[in-house]
Amino acid sequence: MATALSIKDLSKVYGNDFEALKGVSFDVQQGDFFALLGPNGAGKSTTLGIVSSLINKTSGSVEIFGFDLEKDKAAAKRSLGVVPQEFNFNMFEKVGDILRTQAGYYGIPAGIAKQRSEYYLKKLGLWDKRNDSARMLSGGMKRRLMIARALVHEPKLLILDEPTAGVDIELRRSMWAFLQEINKAGTTIILTTHYLEEAESLCRNIAIIDHGSIIHNTSMKSLLQQMNTETFIFDVQPAQTADIVFEGYTAHLEDPNTLVVDVEKNKGINELFIQLEAKQIKVTSMRNKSNRLEELFVAMVEKNLGNKEV
Amino acid sequence: MSHRELWVAFVTIVTKEIRRFTRIWAQTLLPPAITMTLYFIIFGNLIGSRIGEMGGFNYMEFIVPGLIMMSVITNSYGNVVSSFFSTKYQHSIEELLVSPTPNWIILSGYVLGGVARGLAVGFVVTLLSLFFTKLQVHSVGVTVATVVMTSVLFALGGFINAIYANSFDDISIIPTFILTPLTYLGGVFYSIQLLPEFWQSVSHLNPVLYMVNTFRFGILGVSDINVGFAFGVIILFTVALFSFALRLLNTGKGIRQ
Repeated sequence: MATALSIKDLSKVYGNDFEALKGVSFDVQQGDFFALLGPNGAGKSTTLGIVSSLINKTSGSVEIFGFDLEKDKAAAKRSLGVVPQEFNFNMFEKVGDILRTQAGYYGIPAGIAKQRSEYYLKKLGLWDKRNDSARMLSGGMKRRLMIARALVHEPKLLILDEPTAGVDIELRRSMWAFLQEINKAGTTIILTTHYLEEAESLCRNIAIIDHGSIIHNTSMKSLLQQMNTETFIFDVQPAQTADIVFEGYTAHLEDPNTLVVDVEKNKGINELFIQLEAKQIKVTSMRNKSNRLEELFVAMVEKNLGNKEV
Repeated sequence: MSHRELWVAFVTIVTKEIRRFTRIWAQTLLPPAITMTLYFIIFGNLIGSRIGEMGGFNYMEFIVPGLIMMSVITNSYGNVVSSFFSTKYQHSIEELLVSPTPNWIILSGYVLGGVARGLAVGFVVTLLSLFFTKLQVHSVGVTVATVVMTSVLFALGGFINAIYANSFDDISIIPTFILTPLTYLGGVFYSIQLLPEFWQSVSHLNPVLYMVNTFRFGILGVSDINVGFAFGVIILFTVALFSFALRLLNTGKGIRQ
């Protein structure tokens, strides 16, 4: 399988001597759905900015489907579609014109550009807005417009920098479904997001960047396997008046009807249910305390911060 | 990119630029038409009738070529500086930067957009001038070549201004403090023969003088300067500004971090 993106020893020092990237290297394989995560200011946007030719690198190399971004600029750029974090289209242009113009920048003749614009605008639910000025669109529509624009030249690699920021849950889920659909159809996707639930449910591989360096680069599955314990919250009946002891589990009451239990990875929760049953406690609902990836992410970034401070 | 793809990208930029200034025609095409009509009425008719002849022509005939050229210069410059700066300001320049469109196509596309507006305004002003005077054309070739080349030159100037500009104030400084004085002192309203010798020499340092006079030669057949030399000056400035603007784009000045 081909390598969709290969980044080697990428560094970036800004004019104010701030070293945003310190030799970042990672590969993304063709067909992957890849998450690049990190706290604010970690270097995600700088990395993607360099890949998108919006930021000049200080040193290192970037290859997109084997084409060096410096030596084979046109071929590398043709393979890439970018959905940036901020709205970056002309607000006074019509929605349809924005897509057709973008296709033109890739040398796509007007006839084909028109067909593709229609296809992607319909696919993303914007066809009715094609003659409206972009500034008239809602926030969610503007996000979808940027996705449609990034796809109009049918890139093999799509970069999405926080595509669902500020988008309501219903729209977010429909965008996830669309991204999964195009990924299945063969488009390699790189995603940055602060919604770690999004990364966990969509991405197969993950790199975590912090302070300009990659601190983790692995598959989502193996990353999640690193978790030793998971915390579950149970809504219980009847109300409990004192903490209850469960053999093999650590538990406490958050309130009389809410039981919080830490479950070790190899332990499972069947035994817990047997003990609950024995104590005549009825579980009305249960959920994870928080997203698993979020717990890991916070732990890793905190650990990295601790190492830096030492 | 193949030649065909480059052509599509170029046409796309030019079309976008023309669409922009025609969409806002009330801000781009109408004001110069009104301003120039006022110039024709006040300077040409009212004051001009008392001035008498200038360079062997009545004053209205004398100033019409200069006023057409003035509108071409300011609009070619103004179109590119405002359009490219807005593109930077709204970050929609990123649409171009992520694409495979090479920098020389980006530059050429914006410049031709500026030329299109300059020529469109020049055409409107020329039509308006026909209400006030008869226009003879001494040399169609010189007239067309001068107006196109001047338009290219000032569109390039506008592009460079937009690259350096960080705020909307920055795109009005050059037109206000440099372009307008150079145009007014570039022989639009007078022949430099009227000036003392020292100021005639100083006027020769003003590039606009060469353009206005070459254009006036194309229409009236009279000029304060040598037309061949004037073409040389325009070409030299055009090549220098194109190379400089392209270099700025290649280094990412003002558009890439």
